[in-house]
Amino acid sequence: MTSPTLPDGLVAVVKRDCHTCVLIAPILAELADSGADLAVYTQDDPAFPSQVPGVIDDTDLDVSYHHDIETVPSLLRVKNGSETGRIVGWSRDQWREFTGVEDLAADAETDFSPGCGSLSVDPSMTALLAVRFGGSSLASRRVELAMLEDEMEAMFDRDWSDGLPLVPPTQRRVMAMLDGTEREPSDIVATVPPDLTEASVEKVAINAVMAGARPEYFPVILTALEAVCTDEFNMHGLLATTYFSGPVVVVNGPIAKAIGMNSGGNCLGQGNRANMTIGRALQLVVRNIGGGRPGGVDRSAFGSPGKLSFCFAEDEDGSPWEPLSVERGLAPGTSAVTVFAGHGPSAIVDQLSRQPESLVASMASVMVKTGNPKLLRGFDASLVIGPEHSRIFREAGWDKARVKAELGEHLTLNTDAMLRGVDGIDEGLPAALAGQRLPKFGKGMPLIIHAGGGAGMFSAIIEGWVGGPMGSIPVTREVRP
Amino acid sequence: MTDTAISAERIMLDPTNESAPAHRERNTRPHSLDGLTVGLLDISKPRGNVFLDRLQQLLGEHGASVNRYAKPTFTKPAPADLRHQISQECQVVIEALAD
Repeated sequence: MTSPTLPDGLVAVVKRDCHTCVLIAPILAELADSGADLAVYTQDDPAFPSQVPGVIDDTDLDVSYHHDIETVPSLLRVKNGSETGRIVGWSRDQWREFTGVEDLAADAETDFSPGCGSLSVDPSMTALLAVRFGGSSLASRRVELAMLEDEMEAMFDRDWSDGLPLVPPTQRRVMAMLDGTEREPSDIVATVPPDLTEASVEKVAINAVMAGARPEYFPVILTALEAVCTDEFNMHGLLATTYFSGPVVVVNGPIAKAIGMNSGGNCLGQGNRANMTIGRALQLVVRNIGGGRPGGVDRSAFGSPGKLSFCFAEDEDGSPWEPLSVERGLAPGTSAVTVFAGHGPSAIVDQLSRQPESLVASMASVMVKTGNPKLLRGFDASLVIGPEHSRIFREAGWDKARVKAELGEHLTLNTDAMLRGVDGIDEGLPAALAGQRLPKFGKGMPLIIHAGGGAGMFSAIIEGWVGGPMGSIPVTREVRP
Repeated sequence: MTDTAISAERIMLDPTNESAPAHRERNTRPHSLDGLTVGLLDISKPRGNVFLDRLQQLLGEHGASVNRYAKPTFTKPAPADLRHQISQECQVVIEALAD
């Protein structure tokens, strides 16, 4: 689209929703009466200023956008179609000098008044205008809908959805999402399984829009994607397995509060936009960019509701312990994402323990059941400890390492009770493992996260998939803007 | 909104990888397995060897020789080198997954 040509002479750009523009409306009329060649463009109300005849409608902001109007009023001098000078705001001396009308505004009530922001640079308009006037450089294929096509149904028809309605990824919304990061739209974020497709920032933004995310969540989504697309996390295997799990995202650091994430009551449930849409965006990327769909490479026998979205923040303020991200090596105060394979949650109820020894034994007795009480080292688990349980440990002075060590003691099991055939159950450990004491979970597990609340003497197990190099290893990454 | 703005809202950006898969012709199915080498890839799940042993025996009865391969772990795709080795050493591949 070409830039609209301005008429020769003086050109003023104004809007009614600006105190200074209203103030100078009679002065523009005075200029027009003086015989000056004056054209007035109005951004918001074609009837403003009423004192000036022939006001030109710029409510689509075509002139304002292409001539880089940042402030209203702006007064431009144009010669042979080219701008030769410009002043902004109201200053009597400046206007007199610029227009050459020496007695301009003799009756004006004020000598000086700064202007207001032009509508064309209003943050809510920039993405729309970039699309409208072709400033958008997005590379993705355009999908044009027929006039009678319902946009929501069109997205289901194209197999883009996880089963729930999507927000239509219009250019305007995608441009707005891209404002949430400092990365270039063409930068590659990760190679996404199972198709091993390189995902650009732009492609991830499209899926983030569809998930219903806001631009300020976008850095978290990009980081979560980087984290799951690592060899350690093994997103391909997690997708292809017949087991239940999917990626679980835990957010630490200041960004969690800044974007309004929930780390408290119902944190593993519905109701918080950031929690729900960050996890959903990640899964939509795996689906649409990676090509991982149920019935395709996703072979899960049951799946789990968390495969729509499983994302929450750690309650750092209420925690007796260092945040998960700090335990895993990042500096305090760093915004971070940790991903691990999981599903659930399942409940740990203990309303009577008041001593840490009792509580930790109680927790372990529930965790032993993960997968099957007669199996070990097969499936990992993480533990989300709620505030009414963590209080017991806080009061006893147990740090997180102590809790982990004590859990590890209780979760190191006598294999004789777990052999195949014991208790009349064929499932179990092979006879070759008889007479040993072995840990239920892999090294470093369970991860311990503090969240949930307010009331309730509960904690939650997020059961995991195969741990270690055979399966999925948790990954922690700093969130970059 | 202007017409331009309305029509822009009817255009969505494709969220997929836009990879229309390149169509590759399969080799013609052989009339006989006589003298051909069939590759069997064990994905390393328990008891997969029992199934593949039986398959190897049946293929032998049809005159094929069988090469056995195994993935390091069932949770990850077969390494590129292993896939290449199979393509170099075998004329026939049976693509299947059992769980």
